[in-house]
Formats: sequence, C-alpha cells, structure tokens
Amino acid sequence: MHSIQLIVFLPLLAAIIAGLGNKALGKLPAKLITTGALFVSCALSWPIFLSYVVGDAGPAVIPVLHWLSSASFEAAWELRVDALTAVMLVVVTSVSALVHLYSWGYMDEEPDQPRFFAYLSLFTFAMLMLVTANNLLQMFFGWEGVGLASYLLIGFWFRKPSASAAAIKAFVVNRVGDLGFMLGIFGTYLVFDTISIPDILAAAPGMAGSTIGFLGHRFDTMTVLCLLLFVGACGKSAQLGLHTWLPDAMEGPTPVSALIHAATMVTAGVFMVCRLSPMFETSETALTVVTYVGAATCLFAATIGTTQTDIKRVIAYSTCSQLGYMFFAAGVGAYGAAMFHLFTHAFFKALLFLGAGSVIHAMHHEQDMRYYGALRKEIPVTFWAMTAGTLAITGVGIPGTLFGFAGFFSKDSILESAYAAGGPGTTAFLIGITAALLTSFYSWRLVFLTFFGKARWAGSEHIQHAVHDAHGHDSHGHDDHAHDDHHGHDAHAIGTAGYHPHESPLVMLIPLIVLAIGAVAAGYVFHHAFIDAEGGAHFWAPSTLAFDAHLMHASHEVPLWVKWSPFAVMATGLFVAYMAYIRHTDWPAKFTAQFHVLYDFLLNKWYFDELYDAIFVKPAFAIGRFFWKRGDEGTIDRFGPNGMAALVVAGGRLTRRLQSGYLYTYALVMLLGLAAAVTWAITQS
Amino acid sequence: MIGLQHYLVVSAILFVMGVLGIFINRKNIIIILMAIELILLSVNLNLVAFSAYLGDLVGQIFSMFVLTVAAGEAAIGLAILVIYFRSRGTIAVDDANRMKG
Repeated sequence: MHSIQLIVFLPLLAAIIAGLGNKALGKLPAKLITTGALFVSCALSWPIFLSYVVGDAGPAVIPVLHWLSSASFEAAWELRVDALTAVMLVVVTSVSALVHLYSWGYMDEEPDQPRFFAYLSLFTFAMLMLVTANNLLQMFFGWEGVGLASYLLIGFWFRKPSASAAAIKAFVVNRVGDLGFMLGIFGTYLVFDTISIPDILAAAPGMAGSTIGFLGHRFDTMTVLCLLLFVGACGKSAQLGLHTWLPDAMEGPTPVSALIHAATMVTAGVFMVCRLSPMFETSETALTVVTYVGAATCLFAATIGTTQTDIKRVIAYSTCSQLGYMFFAAGVGAYGAAMFHLFTHAFFKALLFLGAGSVIHAMHHEQDMRYYGALRKEIPVTFWAMTAGTLAITGVGIPGTLFGFAGFFSKDSILESAYAAGGPGTTAFLIGITAALLTSFYSWRLVFLTFFGKARWAGSEHIQHAVHDAHGHDSHGHDDHAHDDHHGHDAHAIGTAGYHPHESPLVMLIPLIVLAIGAVAAGYVFHHAFIDAEGGAHFWAPSTLAFDAHLMHASHEVPLWVKWSPFAVMATGLFVAYMAYIRHTDWPAKFTAQFHVLYDFLLNKWYFDELYDAIFVKPAFAIGRFFWKRGDEGTIDRFGPNGMAALVVAGGRLTRRLQSGYLYTYALVMLLGLAAAVTWAITQS
Repeated sequence: MIGLQHYLVVSAILFVMGVLGIFINRKNIIIILMAIELILLSVNLNLVAFSAYLGDLVGQIFSMFVLTVAAGEAAIGLAILVIYFRSRGTIAVDDANRMKG
C-alpha cells in the first residue's frame, strides 16, 4: 500500500524537474519525465482500485509528515486510501496519463512545452493531494492547488487576452466558492474541535439537531456547515450560480479541458460531498438544497448546450449538466451512483474532449461546428471514438439487460434512485429525464454537425488561411479561388475550399482508443461494485461514503416506465437531432426564426454573464475606481507623498529668492537679524 | 540751546540715510562704501554726543578708533574695488551678484 506515496509524489517530482528545468531541459526530456511519471502512477493506482473491487482491502492512512500542532489543533500530512480514494486515483491518474500522451501530438507545435507539461503534472499532484486528504486542511491545500493549476493552464496562452481573462474569471469565481469552503472548515473546527475527516464523520450524527447561534439567530448546526461546504463544492464543480467560469475555461488548450474541466477537477465538489456524506446525511435541508441545485444545473446547462456552436463549449455545458446529475444523485442519498457517474463520465467526457481536440487539430484550429461537416470519411478513428463517447453520454443501452454503454449504467442508476428516493428526488427525476432528452439532442447535434452532411469548411477563416498558406502566393488561380470563398463567408459557404483534413498522429489516437474502450465497457465491468445493493455495500464499506443499500435496492425495483423513460427520451433526442441536422437542415434556421426570443436567451447562456456583469463586476469596478481615483490618488497621494514633495519644492522656490547674490540683500538681512537679536536681548533683560 | 536729543536725531537721520544708501542704491559700489562711512560717522556722532553729555572721555577715544578703522576700511574697500573693476570692467551694483554660497 506504500505505493500510494509514489503515486502522489511522482507527479510532483516530475512537475518540479520539468518546471525548473524548463527550456534548459528541452522539450523531449520534459515530456518523457512527466508522461513517464504519470504512467507509473497510473500503473500503481489500478492494483489498489482492483484490490477494493475484487478483494477485501481495508482503509489505510499512511502518515507522511507532521504539519501543524497548536493546542487542540492538529494537522498532519497523511495519505488516506480507501475505496473512495481508489476510485478517484484511477480516474485522475488514468485520464491524466492519457492526456499527457495526447498532448505530445496536440501541443507538438508549441514552443513552451516543458512549462505545459510541468503544469499538467502539478495539477495531477494537487488533485491527488485532494483525494487522499485525511483532514480538511490538506483537502483545502489540494483544492487550492488544483485551482492554481487550472488558472495557469487556462491562461497557458497568456498572450491571448481572452485566455487571460478566462483564467482570471475562473480563479475569481472559484474564490467565491472557496470562501464558503473555508467558512465550512472553520465552522467544522469550531463545532467538532478537529479537522480530521474520520473524527468529524464519527461525531457528526451526535450533532444532528443541535443549533448554533449567529447574529442573534439559532441555526441548525449541521445544515449550516453542510451548506457552507456545499458552496465550495458548487464553485469547484461549476453548479448553477458559480458555473460561469467553466465555459470560459475552454480558452485553455483542449487537453487541459479534457483533464481539468471535464474529468477530474470539476468532480472535486462531488467527491467532497461523497467524502463527507455521513455529515450531509445528518441534515435533511442541506441534502434537499444539494438535490435542487444539482437538478437545476443539470437542466439549465443542457438547455444552453443545445444552442452553442463552439464544439468545446457544447461539451463544456454538457459537463456542467452531467455534474448536476452527480449532485442530485448525492442529494437523494445515492452516493454510489454519483461516484459511478463521476467514474464513467471521466472516461467518456475526456474522450469527447480529446476527440473534439482531434477534430480541431484536423480542421486547423477551427472550433465552430458551423464550418465542419462531412468529416466522417476524413478522420474515421476520431469519428468512431466520438461516436462511442456520444453513445456513452446519451446512455444508450437496453433497460433490464446488461447491454449498454458506460453512461447507461450510471445515468439510469441516478434517475432510478432519484425516483425511488421520492420527495425532492421525484422532481429531480423529472428534471433529469428532461435534461437527458436535451443531452441526447445536443450530443447528436454535435456529431451530426461535425461528421455528417456536406462540408462547410469554405466559410472558415482558419481553413482559408491553411489553404492559402499551403498553396503559396505564386499560384494565381488559387488566390482568386480563395477570394471568391471570402465573399461567401457569411452565407456558410458549402465546399471544402480545397482543404484536406488529416487524421491526428498516433499519440493522439491511442488515448482516444483507450478512452473509447473505457466509455464502452466501464459501466458494464464496474456497475456491480459501484451501484449494486450487495456489491456496493461490500465495495464502499472501507470508505467514508454513506452507501444506502436500501435505496439502491429500491432503485432496481422501480416501475417499468421509469426504467424505460431514459431510453425513450434518448431515442427522441436522437430522432429530433437526426431530423433537424441531416434530413431537414433548414429546420434549425426556421426554429430560431420562429422562437428567436427563446433562442437568444439560450444562446446568451440565460444572460448570466450580463447579469453578473451588472450586479457584481461593474459595481466592483466602480468601487475600485472610486478608491483608486478619490481615495488613493485624491487623498493619500495628494496629501501624502505628493503633498510633501510639493511643499518642499514650493519652500525651495521661496528660499531660493533669498540667495540673490546681491550685497544689499545680504546686508539688509543681516541688519534685520541684528536688530531682531538686539531687540530680543533688550526686551529679555 | 542744542541738547543731547538734537545730536541723537541728526545721528539717527544720518544712520538711516546710510542704511538706505546701501539698500536703495542700485548704481555704484562706491556709493555703498560712502554709505558705510556715513553709518560709521553717525555712530561716531552718537559716541561723542554721549561722551560730552556724560562727561566721559572714553566715548571720544572710542570714536578715534572708529575713525581709524573707517579709514582702513575705506582704503581696503577702494583697493578691492579697483581689482574688481579690472577683472569685471564694471562696478555697477546690479552686476555684482556672484556672492552665491
């Protein structure tokens, strides 16, 4: 079990070597070290995971270092290994290793590769710190570490203003969540007098029903603590209200989106809720809030996903929506299902992102799906991988049997347990079904727009540049051709513009294939361990996850229509997308013309960015400007440093007049001085 | 009858003329020298007047010393003036502004 230390610290070591070595180290050694370290970590993680799935391994806490000790406050660096950690270990290290490998191809033309790979490894280390934390402080360290790495990676192309802005936005929005998390930790320490997770969870049931006073009111202790911690989870997992940073984070390189903003970091919130699930179980109110926020995010993000045209943004909103599923699963008490969806989602969402990266790579950095089309034949491996990912995310499978893709097992389990839980769960179930319809629609829309139909590449400026560069300037005929295309830009020109997409190199295809296998098989292989009433009880026993065998049992006994409804909406979504984007390609235009208010509302992401801009950003800027112009420059600088300087200058100018160089002025001064001195002497005596 | 105060008034008038001669005069450094002489003479007048009034000879002896010093001072001042004129070619007061620390 001591391999856990290697798993966690190898990525850190690699990040330090590649980061400090940077240019001096060179591209290839940096890539080899970081990727090698990650593959070793990954290879060591799977045996740990499997020992929980098939064996009887128990939880373990491996001390690393003593950290803080002040009166009753104790915090140590410890690595906690249990079933929950093991799930996250394989997710993080597997996706990270594959993303490292994929980046060899995707970032091949990038001059700053050692920095990129160092950041990726640093992120992996922070994430592993988070999932192995045995106390809240260490978890917070990892929590902030992934936030930092995310900031660095979103802003990796820092010369691009939009990337810089997105990085800052991600960091600032995350700070809002972090504040909640911090307050949650402080409150937990206040109430339980410890930050050690096992101690807190052991004491939590005893605290249920107690109240805590704040500003003259009494609040239910556990509700307050859980809600504060949940605010933190909302920030990191991009739930409704604090989600605005996630779509903007797509400004980062695509492998980063796959690793951080799809598979691992954004799941930290779900992981935290599951890790502290016995605590959440003590507060009915908190769980209800979690359920409703999750369900709302799930639907909200799915509606936006249907209108976006940037391929990465569609997948980003899809991620947001899937995180909503995980949260409401946790909210209704089906933590096993939440973790299972986290697990399968990591595979198929990383797959979709890396597939999208492969498409973008093939289409010369064009990200707008309106300029794709007909890529099925050009990049077949990417096409099949993306199809596998789409089949998985839309939950294709036959209810009642064990035939299905990864998402089928996890998503259906979430919906069934939500229905079985009743109460807020019923609402969540209905919302989840609606969101599943939208998920199916936007996922297939993405596939159809990208891989089917006619080639619409000619309208893309990126493609035009690529063609232009390829043919050179001496070819007069082609120059004219390119100009002709330019005129047709707004009309979504049909045609290839003479461009030939190329399939990505093997280093990019291997991760796609591996993840595609995961997207197809992960659900079938692991569903017994994660969500089966008996299997789950056995698997989750050595962990802090509050597995509810009764609920999972009930979720298998739901009425037949509940079992079939996800299948029905999936098929409906597929059918509508097929009709709208393959059979009758004029439908979307007609629809947007008919319902342009709704369309604009969704296209502009429910106007959340505009709302926040008006409520928070503008006033913050106004306050900042007031203190800067009036407070700092107008008062402190004016009377402080600048005032003193001006006083000295003015005084100097006055005294300079005294030193005229004329005899008579000196004589006058002397005389006046003498007279004054004599007068003083006389009056004194 | 001419009393002490008349002497003192004359002496004060002379003194003020001397002082103003230094400050208001903008023409010639020689005039400054003359104004200094005037101040010294007014002081002498004071000394002598008080000496006579108090019947104490010390004041008159003191005025002898002042006269001597004034003669020496005039000689040195004129000598400096000659040198100054040789080097600068002018003895106008407004041009003599090089006494800056």
